[in-house]
Amino acid sequence: MKMPPPDPNIIAKRRELVDRLRAIVPGEGVIVDEAELRAYECDALTAYRALPLVVVLPSTTQQVSEVLKTCKEMGVKVVPRGAGTSLSGGALPLEDGVLLGMGKFNRILEVDYDNRCVVTQPGVTNLGISTRVAERGFYYAPDPSSQIACTIGGNIAENSGGVHCLKYGLTTNNVLGVEMVLMDGTVIRLGGKALDQAGYDLMGIVTGSEGLLGVVTEVTVRILKKPATARAVLIGFPSNEQAGDCVAAIIAAGIIPGGMEMMDRPAIHAAEDFLHAGYPLDVEALMIVELDGPAAEVDHLIERVVAIANDHGAVSARASTSEEERLLFWAGRKAAFPAVGRISPDYLCMDGTIPRKALPLVLSRMQELSERHGLRVANVFHAGDGNLHPLILYDANKPGELEAAEQFGADILTLCVDVGGVLTGEHGVGVEKRDLMTHQFAKADLDQQQRLKCAFDPDGLLNPGKVFPELHRCAELGRLHVSGGKLPFPDIPRF
Amino acid sequence: MGITTFKPATPEQLADAVRWALDAGEPLELTGTGSKRALGRPVQAGHALDLSDLSGVVSYEPEELVLTVRPATRMAEIEAMLRDRGQHLAFEPPDLGPLYGLPLGGGTLGGVLAAGLAGPRRLSAGSARDHFLGVAGVSGRGEAYKGGAKVVKNVTGYDVPKLMAGSFGTLTAMTEVTVKVLPAPEDTRTLLLHGRSDADGIRALTAALHSPHEVSGAAHLPESVAERIAPVASARAAVTAIRLEGFGPSVAARLAGLTADLGGIDGVLDRGESLAFWRAVRDAAPFHASTPDTDPLVWKLSVPPASGPRVAEELALALGDVEFFFDWGGGLIWLATPRDADAAALRGALAPFGGHATLVRGPDSLRAAVGVFQPQPAPLLALTQRVKASFDPRGVLNPGRLYAGV
Repeated sequence: MKMPPPDPNIIAKRRELVDRLRAIVPGEGVIVDEAELRAYECDALTAYRALPLVVVLPSTTQQVSEVLKTCKEMGVKVVPRGAGTSLSGGALPLEDGVLLGMGKFNRILEVDYDNRCVVTQPGVTNLGISTRVAERGFYYAPDPSSQIACTIGGNIAENSGGVHCLKYGLTTNNVLGVEMVLMDGTVIRLGGKALDQAGYDLMGIVTGSEGLLGVVTEVTVRILKKPATARAVLIGFPSNEQAGDCVAAIIAAGIIPGGMEMMDRPAIHAAEDFLHAGYPLDVEALMIVELDGPAAEVDHLIERVVAIANDHGAVSARASTSEEERLLFWAGRKAAFPAVGRISPDYLCMDGTIPRKALPLVLSRMQELSERHGLRVANVFHAGDGNLHPLILYDANKPGELEAAEQFGADILTLCVDVGGVLTGEHGVGVEKRDLMTHQFAKADLDQQQRLKCAFDPDGLLNPGKVFPELHRCAELGRLHVSGGKLPFPDIPRF
Repeated sequence: MGITTFKPATPEQLADAVRWALDAGEPLELTGTGSKRALGRPVQAGHALDLSDLSGVVSYEPEELVLTVRPATRMAEIEAMLRDRGQHLAFEPPDLGPLYGLPLGGGTLGGVLAAGLAGPRRLSAGSARDHFLGVAGVSGRGEAYKGGAKVVKNVTGYDVPKLMAGSFGTLTAMTEVTVKVLPAPEDTRTLLLHGRSDADGIRALTAALHSPHEVSGAAHLPESVAERIAPVASARAAVTAIRLEGFGPSVAARLAGLTADLGGIDGVLDRGESLAFWRAVRDAAPFHASTPDTDPLVWKLSVPPASGPRVAEELALALGDVEFFFDWGGGLIWLATPRDADAAALRGALAPFGGHATLVRGPDSLRAAVGVFQPQPAPLLALTQRVKASFDPRGVLNPGRLYAGV
């Protein structure tokens, strides 16, 4: 993975940079010691590493503003980082750049039940918000698997989702407002406690922008009352096609489950061996459908889902009858990643979305690719919204296997795009899928996105090398080609 | 030079028209069916880009929950097609036509998205932005491009469709839009409380929204406004209304649960009455009028929901003779004021509470003078102008519709 080459002129100015940063963030807030810098050399995508030039850990918006202003003045790049749980390398440091750690922004500032929102600093964990409002039966809906560790600021950078997001939406659907700092140090506020914001929906662009547009320093999120009850059905199918048809039939029946997850045979076996959740081992596909809401609704819909499953060839359909049983159904699914980790020294977790109807085709093509690349693949995915997570099993100690796994992954993602889907459903582009962007987007599409970036960060100093496969100078993107002094086009109908 | 109206039938012709505008240095006013032409600031353009031929359904796949159309496709056509498959646009787009003396059913999906409109279900299902998945169009550079995608879950690159929602055609002339569709509820019921003060009404709505009963509509109408909506007029009292939707057994159970939680209610609207009532709330029907020269001004205020009643009180003090009602649990205030009401006083009264005010109906001169949309702080306005320039550096698409020069 090629990153922008480090600029020796910037590295030569390290001493001055450190002095200026220390004047802004005193004490241990500026890290220069190599052993301590190591802790920041990668995020959860550990295949790529780099030592940052300096790490800065500010604790106020004012400090963030001054750090960014200083970096802009000195022409130094900045990589923002939350808890570092990104799976796409969004927080991969730059050797000639400042790593801006937001971990000290770890306080919830206000719980406003009357307006059903929480105002928080960005370094608070996703689960921390739900925990704080649990006393009154509220929660924050988006639930990425890493929710115990990942921060709400990182969730905004990645527009994170989780099992719930089919019904309750992604981060973007649950954020009401942000305070953020632009690269020139300007502090702006977007939205607030009102449901709608005025002007352009800049929050919609900032959410999921992977740290390329600004640094979020405060967040207002919507909280919801917890559903009265939740039950899950565990359904086994003799084929992936039948499972896929069942998903479509549930949606067609007007049912939007709180979660609808699927595992293929290798994933089922890995999970069952690991956790003994009681999964059937004689099926090709296993589905967990969770219904949440009032008990009367859940009971009614469980019956309908079981009936639909039986109509689509299910060989088993078990509805949970207690909270323990529901959690046991989920335990295997939630442990699928570590379970697969036990049957292979290493694995790559991919993340693409497809139209659901393409599922049988994509799974069979994936099997062909598996044979071609000589690597096994296990599949767990969010069936409700078509978000696949193929786990490619490989051994990093065997020469060539990492490269083969990467190629296999790229083939899967381009396949997702070819059937009408996208490169990433929830993990982000980062560095991992950056070079595949041209497969989904034409040059004009990417140019327009990069012009948006220029509106926020004209020098391209925030998190460069992520998301876009080519770095353009803003001046070059800003040029306008006009043909010059022609008559109105004769072939357009005019009146 | 007279007024030129381009009426492209293809994205290529549309790009040609924008390039003509760039060439000639002559900005264009974008229109579909024109049903929302009176919403927003008057456009500062001498020529017209009529997009009404860019209509028709491109693809509709109910099982994928995805619909792609050309933007000038009529809402009436889309709603009928979705209804046939038991689906709907969950953000409940309003039809503001009658607010401007136009017939119902005149609008297009492109117009709804460009105006970023949403109805009562905004509080549970989100706004137009939340359902806007993909867009293709021509930027003010005359370049065709696309953003987003045609699947319900996507975080690849910037979420460009979000930016299009509420941009009023100032960034891109859209040629294709993809939205998320959802199952329409099987049943709908509305609980009514009568005779509550604004503060007590909003408190009841807050209590309902704090229950686990999945409220999908929460409005409070003072008596003078409620009496103009047929299904509740006979109460002759202020009306606080709470909507429950979903599968039959679920609605029945929640209705019983919420009735108990609220300590009793004064009435229930059945399905038909509910649909009519919420359509009236959605479209601001109490403020419909057809005498453009004397119509009161209509404003839409988006505020922190719990502060709704106090905002309304302050507005009444600042402006005198006003009428209003609340939607979104208090977070949306529809406000009618005399034509000479002071806009600066209105925004001043709102300022301490946060939120913003949009002038939805008013004469051209006023819409140009006071600013239809909430004025932005200088740094945010500067960013807004840079975003505009990134799509439309010469300001050829609907200049001035959003803010002066934007």
